[in-house]
Amino acid sequence: MMLIEIKDAPFEPYQRLLDYQVSADFAGKFGATSVFVGSMREFNQGDDVEAMLLEHYPGMTEKYLQKISEEAASKWDIMDSLIVHRVGEMHPNDPIVLVAVWSAHRAAAFDASRYLMEELKSRAPFWKKESLSDKTRWVDKNT
Amino acid sequence: MTDAVISIKFFASLREQVGQAEAEVAESGVSTVLEAWNSATHNMSMPENTLMAVNMDYVDASHAVKAGDEVAFFPPVTGG
Repeated sequence: MMLIEIKDAPFEPYQRLLDYQVSADFAGKFGATSVFVGSMREFNQGDDVEAMLLEHYPGMTEKYLQKISEEAASKWDIMDSLIVHRVGEMHPNDPIVLVAVWSAHRAAAFDASRYLMEELKSRAPFWKKESLSDKTRWVDKNT
Repeated sequence: MTDAVISIKFFASLREQVGQAEAEVAESGVSTVLEAWNSATHNMSMPENTLMAVNMDYVDASHAVKAGDEVAFFPPVTGG
Protein backbone atom coordinates (compact mmCIF):
# COMPACT_ATOMS: atom_id res chain seq x y z
CA MET A 1 0.00 0.00 0.00
CA MET A 2 3.12 2.18 -0.05
CA LEU A 3 2.25 4.50 2.81
CA ILE A 4 3.61 8.06 2.97
CA GLU A 5 3.40 10.11 6.17
CA ILE A 6 4.49 13.69 6.87
CA LYS A 7 4.63 14.39 10.60
CA ASP A 8 4.78 17.81 12.21
CA ALA A 9 5.56 16.44 15.67
CA PRO A 10 8.26 14.04 16.94
CA PHE A 11 7.68 10.36 16.14
CA GLU A 12 9.23 7.09 17.30
CA PRO A 13 10.34 5.28 14.13
CA TYR A 14 10.72 1.84 15.67
CA GLN A 15 7.28 1.99 17.28
CA ARG A 16 5.78 3.21 13.99
CA LEU A 17 7.49 0.37 12.15
CA LEU A 18 6.18 -2.20 14.60
CA ASP A 19 2.64 -0.82 14.47
CA TYR A 20 2.68 -0.76 10.68
CA GLN A 21 4.04 -4.26 10.30
CA VAL A 22 1.56 -5.72 12.79
CA SER A 23 -1.38 -4.35 10.80
CA ALA A 24 0.09 -5.16 7.38
CA ASP A 25 -1.64 -7.60 5.08
CA PHE A 26 1.65 -9.22 4.05
CA ALA A 27 2.32 -10.90 7.40
CA GLY A 28 3.87 -14.32 6.86
CA LYS A 29 4.79 -13.51 3.25
CA PHE A 30 7.91 -11.39 3.68
CA GLY A 31 11.35 -12.73 4.46
CA ALA A 32 13.21 -9.43 4.52
CA THR A 33 12.70 -5.96 5.94
CA SER A 34 15.20 -3.23 5.19
CA VAL A 35 14.95 -0.16 7.44
CA PHE A 36 16.67 3.20 7.29
CA VAL A 37 16.31 5.83 10.00
CA GLY A 38 17.85 9.27 9.57
CA SER A 39 18.29 11.43 12.68
CA MET A 40 19.31 15.00 13.38
CA ARG A 41 22.97 15.55 14.24
CA GLU A 42 24.14 18.11 16.79
CA PHE A 43 26.84 19.32 14.39
CA ASN A 44 27.09 20.24 10.71
CA GLN A 45 29.89 21.80 8.67
CA GLY A 46 31.99 22.26 11.80
CA ASP A 47 29.32 24.07 13.84
CA ASP A 48 27.12 23.06 16.75
CA VAL A 49 23.48 22.98 15.65
CA GLU A 50 20.92 23.65 18.38
CA ALA A 51 17.71 23.21 16.41
CA MET A 52 16.44 22.80 12.88
CA LEU A 53 13.33 23.84 11.01
CA LEU A 54 12.21 21.50 8.26
CA GLU A 55 9.99 23.03 5.60
CA HIS A 56 8.16 21.24 2.79
CA TYR A 57 5.85 21.92 -0.14
CA PRO A 58 2.51 20.42 0.94
CA GLY A 59 1.10 18.41 -1.94
CA MET A 60 4.24 18.19 -4.04
CA THR A 61 6.22 16.50 -1.29
CA GLU A 62 3.62 13.76 -0.90
CA LYS A 63 3.32 13.46 -4.69
CA TYR A 64 7.05 12.86 -5.11
CA LEU A 65 7.28 10.44 -2.20
CA GLN A 66 4.43 8.51 -3.79
CA LYS A 67 6.13 8.68 -7.17
CA ILE A 68 9.45 7.30 -5.92
CA SER A 69 7.60 4.58 -3.97
CA GLU A 70 5.87 3.51 -7.19
CA GLU A 71 9.19 3.58 -9.05
CA ALA A 72 10.79 1.34 -6.42
CA ALA A 73 7.86 -1.08 -6.62
CA SER A 74 8.23 -1.28 -10.39
CA LYS A 75 12.01 -1.76 -10.30
CA TRP A 76 12.18 -4.40 -7.57
CA ASP A 77 10.03 -7.27 -6.43
CA ILE A 78 8.89 -5.79 -3.12
CA MET A 79 5.72 -6.26 -1.08
CA ASP A 80 5.40 -2.86 0.51
CA SER A 81 7.17 0.32 1.54
CA LEU A 82 6.71 2.93 4.21
CA ILE A 83 8.11 6.46 4.28
CA VAL A 84 7.67 8.73 7.31
CA HIS A 85 9.27 12.20 7.27
CA ARG A 86 9.30 14.98 9.84
CA VAL A 87 8.60 18.65 9.19
CA GLY A 88 8.61 21.56 11.62
CA GLU A 89 11.00 22.33 14.45
CA MET A 90 13.31 19.58 15.60
CA HIS A 91 16.28 19.06 17.87
CA PRO A 92 19.43 16.92 17.88
CA ASN A 93 18.73 13.20 18.11
CA ASP A 94 15.18 13.60 16.78
CA PRO A 95 14.38 11.13 14.00
CA ILE A 96 13.93 12.91 10.64
CA VAL A 97 13.05 10.08 8.30
CA LEU A 98 12.04 6.43 8.34
CA VAL A 99 12.15 4.30 5.20
CA ALA A 100 11.19 0.63 5.33
CA VAL A 101 10.80 -1.93 2.56
CA TRP A 102 9.46 -5.47 2.79
CA SER A 103 10.26 -8.22 0.29
CA ALA A 104 10.58 -11.97 0.03
CA HIS A 105 14.39 -11.88 -0.15
CA ARG A 106 16.99 -9.41 1.08
CA ALA A 107 18.39 -8.03 -2.17
CA ALA A 108 15.20 -6.32 -3.27
CA ALA A 109 14.60 -4.81 0.18
CA PHE A 110 18.18 -3.50 0.45
CA ASP A 111 18.21 -2.05 -3.07
CA ALA A 112 14.75 -0.53 -2.95
CA SER A 113 15.29 1.13 0.44
CA ARG A 114 18.56 2.64 -0.79
CA TYR A 115 16.78 3.88 -3.90
CA LEU A 116 13.96 5.46 -1.87
CA MET A 117 16.41 7.33 0.36
CA GLU A 118 18.60 8.58 -2.48
CA GLU A 119 15.61 9.71 -4.55
CA LEU A 120 13.97 11.32 -1.51
CA LYS A 121 17.12 13.32 -0.86
CA SER A 122 17.46 14.51 -4.43
CA ARG A 123 13.81 15.02 -5.47
CA ALA A 124 11.39 15.41 -2.54
CA PRO A 125 10.85 19.11 -1.74
CA PHE A 126 12.06 19.51 1.83
CA TRP A 127 14.41 22.22 3.11
CA LYS A 128 16.40 22.46 6.33
CA LYS A 129 17.16 25.65 8.22
CA GLU A 130 19.64 25.27 11.06
CA SER A 131 19.78 27.32 14.25
CA LEU A 132 23.32 27.84 15.53
CA SER A 133 24.08 29.65 18.81
CA ASP A 134 24.33 33.02 17.07
CA LYS A 135 22.43 32.74 13.77
CA THR A 136 20.23 30.67 11.48
CA ARG A 137 21.23 29.34 8.07
CA TRP A 138 19.63 27.33 5.28
CA VAL A 139 21.37 24.09 4.39
CA ASP A 140 22.28 24.80 0.77
CA LYS A 141 22.67 21.27 -0.54
CA ASN A 142 22.45 17.65 0.45
CA THR A 143 25.62 15.64 0.87
CA MET B 1 -15.13 32.08 -15.19
CA THR B 2 -12.06 32.40 -13.01
CA ASP B 3 -9.64 35.27 -13.31
CA ALA B 4 -6.85 34.69 -15.79
CA VAL B 5 -4.09 34.45 -13.21
CA ILE B 6 -1.18 32.16 -12.47
CA SER B 7 -0.42 31.34 -8.82
CA ILE B 8 3.20 31.60 -7.76
CA LYS B 9 4.83 30.09 -4.69
CA PHE B 10 8.31 30.55 -3.26
CA PHE B 11 9.89 28.29 -0.68
CA ALA B 12 12.73 28.28 1.85
CA SER B 13 15.72 30.57 1.23
CA LEU B 14 14.25 31.72 -2.07
CA ARG B 15 11.09 32.91 -0.29
CA GLU B 16 13.27 35.02 1.98
CA GLN B 17 15.31 36.41 -0.93
CA VAL B 18 12.22 37.28 -2.95
CA GLY B 19 10.43 38.60 0.14
CA GLN B 20 7.13 36.86 -0.50
CA ALA B 21 5.70 33.37 -0.08
CA GLU B 22 2.94 33.64 -2.69
CA ALA B 23 1.95 35.87 -5.56
CA GLU B 24 -0.49 35.97 -8.42
CA VAL B 25 0.46 37.18 -11.86
CA ALA B 26 -1.80 37.99 -14.78
CA GLU B 27 -1.71 35.43 -17.56
CA SER B 28 -1.45 38.18 -20.13
CA GLY B 29 2.10 38.34 -21.49
CA VAL B 30 3.23 35.37 -19.40
CA SER B 31 3.68 32.16 -21.37
CA THR B 32 6.64 30.45 -19.69
CA VAL B 33 7.88 29.69 -16.19
CA LEU B 34 10.69 32.22 -16.61
CA GLU B 35 8.21 34.93 -17.59
CA ALA B 36 6.12 34.07 -14.53
CA TRP B 37 9.24 34.51 -12.37
CA ASN B 38 10.03 37.85 -14.00
CA SER B 39 6.50 39.09 -13.51
CA ALA B 40 6.24 37.94 -9.87
CA THR B 41 9.68 39.21 -8.83
CA HIS B 42 9.78 42.35 -10.98
CA ASN B 43 12.69 40.98 -12.98
CA MET B 44 14.87 39.92 -10.10
CA SER B 45 17.70 37.74 -11.39
CA MET B 46 17.00 34.08 -10.72
CA PRO B 47 19.64 32.25 -8.65
CA GLU B 48 21.43 29.70 -10.82
CA ASN B 49 20.42 26.63 -8.83
CA THR B 50 16.70 27.47 -8.62
CA LEU B 51 14.32 24.53 -9.07
CA MET B 52 10.91 25.02 -10.67
CA ALA B 53 7.63 23.14 -10.69
CA VAL B 54 4.34 23.58 -12.51
CA ASN B 55 1.36 21.96 -10.82
CA MET B 56 3.78 20.09 -8.55
CA ASP B 57 5.93 18.52 -11.27
CA TYR B 58 9.52 19.57 -11.95
CA VAL B 59 9.97 21.56 -15.16
CA ASP B 60 12.57 23.88 -16.65
CA ALA B 61 12.35 27.64 -17.13
CA SER B 62 11.09 27.42 -20.70
CA HIS B 63 8.08 25.27 -19.76
CA ALA B 64 4.71 26.70 -20.78
CA VAL B 65 2.29 28.08 -18.21
CA LYS B 66 -1.37 29.03 -18.43
CA ALA B 67 -4.08 30.56 -16.26
CA GLY B 68 -4.90 28.40 -13.26
CA ASP B 69 -1.44 26.86 -13.05
CA GLU B 70 0.50 26.80 -9.80
CA VAL B 71 4.15 27.65 -10.41
CA ALA B 72 6.68 27.11 -7.62
CA PHE B 73 10.29 28.23 -7.25
CA PHE B 74 12.64 26.84 -4.65
CA PRO B 75 16.30 26.12 -3.85
CA PRO B 76 17.93 22.67 -4.03
CA VAL B 77 16.10 20.26 -1.76
CA THR B 78 17.71 19.13 1.50
CA GLY B 79 15.41 16.55 3.05
CA GLY B 80 16.17 13.18 4.58
